[in-house]
Amino acid sequence: MKIVERAADRVVGKAAARAGEAADNADERLAIATPLRRTFNKVFPDHWSFMIGEIALYSFIVLLITGTYLTLFFNPSQQEVIYQGSYLPLRGISMTKAYASTLDISFDVRGGLIMRQIHHWAALLFVASIVTHMFRIFFTGAFRKPREVNWLIGVTLLLLAILEGVFGYSLPDDLLSGTGLRIISSIILSIPVVGSWLSFAVFGGEYPGELILGRFYIAHVLLVPGILLALIGAHLAILVRQKHTQFPGPGATEDNVVGVRMFPTFALKGGGFFMLVFAVIALLGGIVQINPIWLYGPYNPAVVSAGSQPDWYVGFLDGSTRLWPDWEIRAWGHTLPAIFWPTVVLPGVLFTLLALYPFLEAKFTKDRAWHNLLQRPRDVPTRTALGAMAIAFYLVLLISGGNDLIALKFDISLNAMTWIGRVGLIFLPPIAYYLTHRLCLGLQQHDREVLAHGIETGIIVRLPSGEFVEVHQPLGEIDAHGHPVEVDYEETPVPKRPNKIGLAGRAIRGFFTPIEEPRAELTRPDGQPGPAAEQRELTGVDD
Amino acid sequence: MTNRPPSGGLPGDTPEQDLLELVREGAARDGVEFVHYRPRFVVPGTKLERRAERRVAFWLMVAALGGIGYLLVSIFWPWRYVSDHGPNFLFTPLLGICMALGLGGLGIAVIGFGKWLMPEEEVIQHRHDGRSDEFDRVTTVATVREAGASAGLRRRGLILGALGMSVLGLTGMAIAPLIGLFKRPGRQLFTTPWRNGVRLVRDDGTPIKPADMKPGSIQTVFPDVPGGSTAADAATMLIRLRPGAHVAIRKGREDYNVDDYFAYSKICTHAGCPVSLFEQQSNRLLCPCHQSQFDVLDSCRPIFGPASRSLPQLPIRVDEQGYFVAKSDYTEAVGPAFWERP
Repeated sequence: MKIVERAADRVVGKAAARAGEAADNADERLAIATPLRRTFNKVFPDHWSFMIGEIALYSFIVLLITGTYLTLFFNPSQQEVIYQGSYLPLRGISMTKAYASTLDISFDVRGGLIMRQIHHWAALLFVASIVTHMFRIFFTGAFRKPREVNWLIGVTLLLLAILEGVFGYSLPDDLLSGTGLRIISSIILSIPVVGSWLSFAVFGGEYPGELILGRFYIAHVLLVPGILLALIGAHLAILVRQKHTQFPGPGATEDNVVGVRMFPTFALKGGGFFMLVFAVIALLGGIVQINPIWLYGPYNPAVVSAGSQPDWYVGFLDGSTRLWPDWEIRAWGHTLPAIFWPTVVLPGVLFTLLALYPFLEAKFTKDRAWHNLLQRPRDVPTRTALGAMAIAFYLVLLISGGNDLIALKFDISLNAMTWIGRVGLIFLPPIAYYLTHRLCLGLQQHDREVLAHGIETGIIVRLPSGEFVEVHQPLGEIDAHGHPVEVDYEETPVPKRPNKIGLAGRAIRGFFTPIEEPRAELTRPDGQPGPAAEQRELTGVDD
Repeated sequence: MTNRPPSGGLPGDTPEQDLLELVREGAARDGVEFVHYRPRFVVPGTKLERRAERRVAFWLMVAALGGIGYLLVSIFWPWRYVSDHGPNFLFTPLLGICMALGLGGLGIAVIGFGKWLMPEEEVIQHRHDGRSDEFDRVTTVATVREAGASAGLRRRGLILGALGMSVLGLTGMAIAPLIGLFKRPGRQLFTTPWRNGVRLVRDDGTPIKPADMKPGSIQTVFPDVPGGSTAADAATMLIRLRPGAHVAIRKGREDYNVDDYFAYSKICTHAGCPVSLFEQQSNRLLCPCHQSQFDVLDSCRPIFGPASRSLPQLPIRVDEQGYFVAKSDYTEAVGPAFWERP
């Protein structure tokens, strides 16, 4: 071991000397010491929910890496070829080069399939983490002044991510993606006045034409990723400039950030977390099959498989399309198709509301102050309830996107599922609003109760008069009569169990079941009675 | 030649125990204050520290093994597709597991190094919120205003007008290439490859006689023209109803069918998916994309779901050789609706 350590000492010493020299050279030319130290010293607050946005960033990097690899083999041509590759069931079948080259990636490129599957899983995770990150921003009020711009960039990123996903899963030209493409063309066709012209512009003629995959491809690998990259850069630059928000807590104020330094502490955490995110996606890509296009076969406009669903992030639009009634408007020799409302107007309205939310909230609450401290969802019941309402609306649409599968699995009438969705879409959101609002107020009320009367200790005492009372541990001072003085409500977490304030020792470890002996806390290592034992002695409770 | 700035006093020369002082001083310059800083192990070389070290080393070894495993599996594992259950079946899962071990091991080691061995810290950074410094604001605005004043645009109406024109012109130039994208839809959306006398053929190109179909069956047919089986708007369903089915034939379409044989467009009038599912018992067609349902006995009228138009009917007859042929193209636009459609 001594030899290893001496070697380590020498290697690190030499490397440090080299690095020092290089840094000195760089500084001489660029004067980087000041900005570098400032970057090292940037403070990151510590909260698990801040990692959701990181997941989005890291899965984007995974997408760039795997996507670049896939471009080495993919060919977006719609020219028909006869498949001669390794996958026997499809040999001799006529298909586009796009589909054939995707089959080649899956079967004839060594390790190609795992790259495809990692890419697809990373895409699903990318959009999912953006949405979850947005929930975090929304429910904690992180979008408030001065961060409205980053909210807008975030909404744009979400839109682009969904669009990028649609382009991506349209490319293989299998039966599923071809069906999706057909529906996209119908949606464009439905736009009033310019629909047919737009559709012909996008597809280069009548659907399907021979250009669409090439166009989607360049959009998928260059145009949209380029914009995404630029916007992510802006998103992060603004974040650094404005510094992080943080939850109120000990020492945390509107004028500071409490946490750890970017270097070395956060760098280790963030770098390690990137590896972990990548590892999870890799595991999914390796062992959980996704989009097995060889089972669907090549696209054919006359064929469709039952239970065709888009990727999850488009599912809500599929659901809205299924639920919307057959309200087609025909007048003066023109038609306004029913599909226009659930696929163009609805997402338009939803995304506009999403983008405008910070400004609408500021307008209605007349709150135009700077905010760096986050809010707990329960402390803003109206916003939280609005969010729950939106989520309920979204979930009904998403579930309706798979209502045929639910009807099949649970043996429910398909028509009944459609009507359940239609009714649910109207009635569930208000119910979600009401329940969430009540829940927030209830949680607040409980916090206030603890602040006023103290923590429930679970100890029942019988008074000389025969009356039983429960002992509360006040959180603040006690007045002259022995009553607790009410502690102010500060919109911060309130301890609710005795062990949170060190009263009964720490909580016993274990997530589902205890993984340690409860009595371990009874004595300290030095043989003195532990806090739990002390407590029991003081309160005279004997177990 | 020797204008190299003096580089004395670099932390390279500072003894390690004084580094933290320098770090604190530097941090203070950046508005960062240490409120808590505690090494994990005050006495170096304890058993606990050794254990933490071994844990980090263990995960690094896992990473190394995962990486080597990925390489070895890539090279030596049989990867060519033989069958769904051949040895190639495990190739991708093994790669995934190796990659997860490699990256995950490194991730845990890096995070673990920070959590188990690096000092614990809590620091506070002060924000400098709000607007810029008053002096900066005033001078920045002044710079712009002074430039504007020197340019004198307010009194140079000619230049301003010409500038406006040039912006307009250049915008036009920027838009012009987009015109190349547009194509006149014309009548294309109203027509399909079907014509009078064009045979109804299966996807393998064989024509169909009435006797080929059982009562209550359905056959997807295409026009017997080049590219007919891949045209997006040509796919048609030839349906033979069971004898005695009560059919409501629409006015003006009395001669569209041949006895019990009816031909309807397969392209859904809602979003253009193929209407693929035929329920023989109820004589209903179901589109699997958005669950529109059509009543075959009533001119394929939509009876449930988001579709609002009947499936167009193709007029058919039997030719001299006894095969089904079309009488004409569809008499209305096939597939999803659009603005120009009456």
